[in-house]
Amino acid sequence: MADIVLDKVSKKFPDGTTAVRDVDLEIADGEFVILVGPSGCGKSTTLNMIAGLEDISSGELRIGGERVNDKAPRDRDIAMVFQSYALYPNMTVRENMAFPLRLAKLDRATIDQKVDQAAKVLELTSLLDRKPANLSGGQRQRVAMGRAIVRQPKAFLMDEPLSNLDAKLRVQMRTVVSRLQKQLGTTTVYVTHDQTEAMTLGDRVVIMRGGAIQQVGPPQELYDHPNNLFVAGFIGSPSMNFLPATVEEGTLRTSLGEVPIGDRIRRELEGADASRELILGIRPEHFEDAELIDEETRSRGIVFEAPVDIVESMGSDKYVYFTIEGERATAAELEELAADAGANELAGGSNLVTRLSAESAVAEGQTHRVWFNLEKIHLFNPADGRNLTLHEGRAAGMG
Amino acid sequence: MSERTSKLSINATPAGADVTADEADPRTGGQHATVPAQRANRRRRPPLSENKRAERKLGWLLCAPAALVMVAVTGYPILYSVWLSLQRFDLRFPDEREFVGLENYITVLTNEFWWTAFGVTMLITVVTVAVELVLGMGLALVMHRTLVGRGIVRTAALIPYGIVTVVAAFSWRYAWTPGTGYLANLFSDGAPLTERASSLAIIMLAEIWKTTPFMALLLMAGLALVPEDLLKAASTDGATGWQRFTKVMLPVMKPAILVALLFRTLDAFRVFDNIYVLTSGANETSSVSMIAYNNLIRGLNLGIGSTMSVLIFITVAIIAFIFVKLFGTAAPGSDDGERR
Repeated sequence: MADIVLDKVSKKFPDGTTAVRDVDLEIADGEFVILVGPSGCGKSTTLNMIAGLEDISSGELRIGGERVNDKAPRDRDIAMVFQSYALYPNMTVRENMAFPLRLAKLDRATIDQKVDQAAKVLELTSLLDRKPANLSGGQRQRVAMGRAIVRQPKAFLMDEPLSNLDAKLRVQMRTVVSRLQKQLGTTTVYVTHDQTEAMTLGDRVVIMRGGAIQQVGPPQELYDHPNNLFVAGFIGSPSMNFLPATVEEGTLRTSLGEVPIGDRIRRELEGADASRELILGIRPEHFEDAELIDEETRSRGIVFEAPVDIVESMGSDKYVYFTIEGERATAAELEELAADAGANELAGGSNLVTRLSAESAVAEGQTHRVWFNLEKIHLFNPADGRNLTLHEGRAAGMG
Repeated sequence: MSERTSKLSINATPAGADVTADEADPRTGGQHATVPAQRANRRRRPPLSENKRAERKLGWLLCAPAALVMVAVTGYPILYSVWLSLQRFDLRFPDEREFVGLENYITVLTNEFWWTAFGVTMLITVVTVAVELVLGMGLALVMHRTLVGRGIVRTAALIPYGIVTVVAAFSWRYAWTPGTGYLANLFSDGAPLTERASSLAIIMLAEIWKTTPFMALLLMAGLALVPEDLLKAASTDGATGWQRFTKVMLPVMKPAILVALLFRTLDAFRVFDNIYVLTSGANETSSVSMIAYNNLIRGLNLGIGSTMSVLIFITVAIIAFIFVKLFGTAAPGSDDGERR
């Protein structure tokens, strides 16, 4: 058990690329921290540096208060779980789990007892004499976890441990990992590219992009108060809608109609180099069918009308896609997110994703009146991606 | 090879025959008692569909040319030499040719020259293969880990293997020739190729020098099979570099190592060119191939020569059999799970 501190840690590869840039991060003892970001953001490199599998180019790494920059992985007392599970194919499950203990020169009885205990926790007891080749993906994953927990290391490092499992098993294993971590109370650093995993698992989530940390915080905070356009777009599924907005005479002109802006935003915009072009961000669940809300609620938002493109009924609610006239919002962050998702809608106008109540009578091909909550909108500066509405509580006031 | 083919062909026809019998019987209202047996039979050998049968036929057609060539160039000579080995047949006395059964084998196996040559061959095989394995592994690791100039390093390492053995053997012979050879002048004042121990050492040196790259190449293919994650996992599990090598790399590479050892052992047991050029078998440095050649080609004794050839063939077959048995249980990929 130990805390992990990254102090201005950077990684430069010999070919000159910088994979990780000045990462500052303090992970408390027993904390479950998730590193998340699109591929190539430096999250795995960061994890490998903590493990000692990659050298640290500059900065300092401390585990339990001790500088470990120059220590070999085996002297850092950490356990790692890999995406490929990395089980030794020539050893049985028991031998795999006992391997780190045998290397630590523990006596046979202790090893057997520890392995049996870990196997019981992970329900592997009946599989102990099998070879990895004869296990299913989920079982292999559990063996990999078992190999990590038998040693009771200072910290667990997990590199996308659930990515090779099918969707259903992944959800199942997510709770297993979460419960295990709570039970053992071991400091855990977990790397994933899946924002759902990040949101559901971690005490705190670290969002990375291009080798730098974008924002660190509890999942809900990242969701409600994203620092910038990238965090806003990365967290949440379906992701936040982004629309271009122009500041004109104290209001925001958008393709959803005119949006009044609050005092703080106005002050912000009065600055000399303030941009007149902004990006408006609204999460899908902050929309609602205009027919289904009362007057009082309606007064806190704006109603607009748009043609319905597609309706996806999820049972509990409906995802409704609207086609909106006008340009799409453009920013470097948004392009990167789109490239990472591999999605690139080719529709002429912007596409709006909304989550409406299941009772909504919305139908494909027709136009429908939709309301959105003004208190929940975000405004971003397209030039640097900064969230202008951060820490204000409410983004826009009524006049 | 030929045994396997014949087995397959025997199997193929009864399967078809069984099916027609099965289908015919119930219609004629055969005895009830036999029906369950037939059902079990049918379950074991499902009838071949039209498609399957055509595919099987195509398979036979496709491998027929290769099988015919094999029979012509290896099957026939092997059988012919077995036939020759059972006769007294010396081309110097062609009139005395007669069938003598196993008499030639008794002659060879009770002859001390044969056993000396056999011992020399075994010594050369064991020593060279062992040294080549160690050196080859080292070379393979170097080639695998080299980051800069990988192509050049690999090409350079492979040069000895690319040189014709006889040419290389002559260069070794000149190098060890007293007076003119650079190695002879450097290391000894006598003539090393005229003494038994030093001759054998030089023969083995030449063998090792030449075939280590081949060993390294095969082992490097095995190294590529070891996933990087496995080594990373081992180092976080607390393994030192040496432990990673012995406990993770070697077991995973085992199939590749066995293949390399098999190839090299079979090859080394047939050692001929180096000895022929370096010592011509003088001072009891002959290998079994050398004395077989001396009897067969030089001595024109087809009977005894063929007997030796057959004995070499049998020894090589035994070595191959042992290795193949080892493969069967040792290869990690051999359990069913991996193929799923």
